[in-house]
Amino acid sequence: MNTMKAENLDVSIAPIQADQVKIAVKNLDFYYDKTRTLKSVSASFARHRVTALIGPSGCGKSTLLRTLNRMYALYPGQRAEGEILMDGENILGPKTDLARLRSRIGMVFQKPTPFPMSIYDNVAFGVRLYENLSHADMDARVEEALRKAALWDEVKDKLRTSGLGLSGGQQQRLCVARGVAVRPEVLLLDEPTSALDPISSARLEETVSQLKADHTIVIVTHNLGQAARISDYTGFMYLGELVEYGPTDQVFTRPATPRTSDYITGRFG
Amino acid sequence: MTATPAPGKPPTVSTARLLRRTAANVAFKVFCITVTVVALLALAAILWSLLSQGLGGLNLEVFTKSTPAPGSAGGLANAITGSILMCLLAMVLASVVGVLAGTWLAEYAGKSRYGSVVRFLNDVLLSAPSILVGLFVYELLVAPFKGFSGFAGAVALALLAVPVITRTTEDTLSLQPATLREAGVALGAPLSFIIRTVLWRSAQSGMLTGGLLAFARISGETAPLLFTALNNQFFSLDLSHATANLPVVIFQFALSAYDDWRRLAWAGALLIAAAVLGVTVLARAIAKEPRRS
Repeated sequence: MNTMKAENLDVSIAPIQADQVKIAVKNLDFYYDKTRTLKSVSASFARHRVTALIGPSGCGKSTLLRTLNRMYALYPGQRAEGEILMDGENILGPKTDLARLRSRIGMVFQKPTPFPMSIYDNVAFGVRLYENLSHADMDARVEEALRKAALWDEVKDKLRTSGLGLSGGQQQRLCVARGVAVRPEVLLLDEPTSALDPISSARLEETVSQLKADHTIVIVTHNLGQAARISDYTGFMYLGELVEYGPTDQVFTRPATPRTSDYITGRFG
Repeated sequence: MTATPAPGKPPTVSTARLLRRTAANVAFKVFCITVTVVALLALAAILWSLLSQGLGGLNLEVFTKSTPAPGSAGGLANAITGSILMCLLAMVLASVVGVLAGTWLAEYAGKSRYGSVVRFLNDVLLSAPSILVGLFVYELLVAPFKGFSGFAGAVALALLAVPVITRTTEDTLSLQPATLREAGVALGAPLSFIIRTVLWRSAQSGMLTGGLLAFARISGETAPLLFTALNNQFFSLDLSHATANLPVVIFQFALSAYDDWRRLAWAGALLIAAAVLGVTVLARAIAKEPRRS
């Protein structure tokens, strides 16, 4: 049996082999002021795989995602305790350069967040922070990112117009392009399709499935069908704990705990 | 208490109650409309007297000649120039301080004690009597240097504009979605860089409106200039001496016994009103500008 209860989970063993682990979370606790919202969470995220985090609202899945690039550090009063090893290095340590860390980890949010500038400048924004490319190289990079995000054909003739003029679904894919343009190792997606119509959602899902060839992807979603369709591994969270974690087909077809079973069959959440 | 009506039957309505409610509604509407009309009438009366008295005094000489001695021909060129120079300088000073202070309050201060104190003091400054600001700058920049100056006037005006700009900057930045900030930071940029390249740009129409409102406020201020820039009979671009300006000229000329001076005062008042109106209309137009380009 590969699916295990979280309390038995040792990150070096199941369900992911040690040499495939990109990020290992060990005994992670998270606090909003004094409220503990993650309780001793341990999990590992496999390289070039899509891992979905599911669970009812307020269960801590977005919080877990936001610890992976230390986004919470923007807000005083929020803190994480434990270890998050990325390629073996603890990113929760005081020596971590947050800007550098985040340049290695892209993030896409629930609502599209295009910057008030042209489509081209949106995509080039992150690249310009860390790389000094020639015009031709930058053009190529922008095209590559927009193609990866399946947006190129729709915007190639209006790269100099404002990113705010795109539709919601296009804006979200623009944000994906902006994220992948810096060639991050990891992509974090926080309910990326919850504000999109079904057709735009389907396109984004397709994009995500293709992106795992180059990136390690962690996606938070309320849409169980989406988790089942696009993820390789699934973690089910409840009340700040990682209740179950394993290969997606096992979690969905033979859940190990009754609570997971209740959630995925729609009995609560 | 009206019981829930049985299905199919209309609920019984108490006629007396309905009448009382309708009457109260009509009375309240009439009251609102009356009060609005009174306020508009007062505004119309001010504009009417301004236009009827000011238009007569407006001619080309107002813009080309400086303030005259009683009985001789002249204009307001020195006062117009002085006002423009001092307002511009004040706006430059106030924009730098106000935008930075507002940005700090919105992005860095949070709920900290220091932030709350600064926010509270800014609100106090927002409603500080302008004559106090004038006296303060007099003690600070006029008395020690033994002379009135346009620079002191500009500083006094800036002190009045800073709280307005600080407040509007903080408010518009706070309205920007948190995820916009996070999206920038998530790309590996320091927050300060995101503020300059993304947040300011996203908030620019609101911040610009705040700046124009501040400009509208200081362009008519008299009290702070009486103690600082005072007045100057001659045309000058040098702000290191006493500097002519429209509000003080209006104040002096309007109280004088000479008809031609009083005509000029009306013309000056009309000019200020027109400038403020123009700036306000501009601010509205910018605020309404759609976010899509």
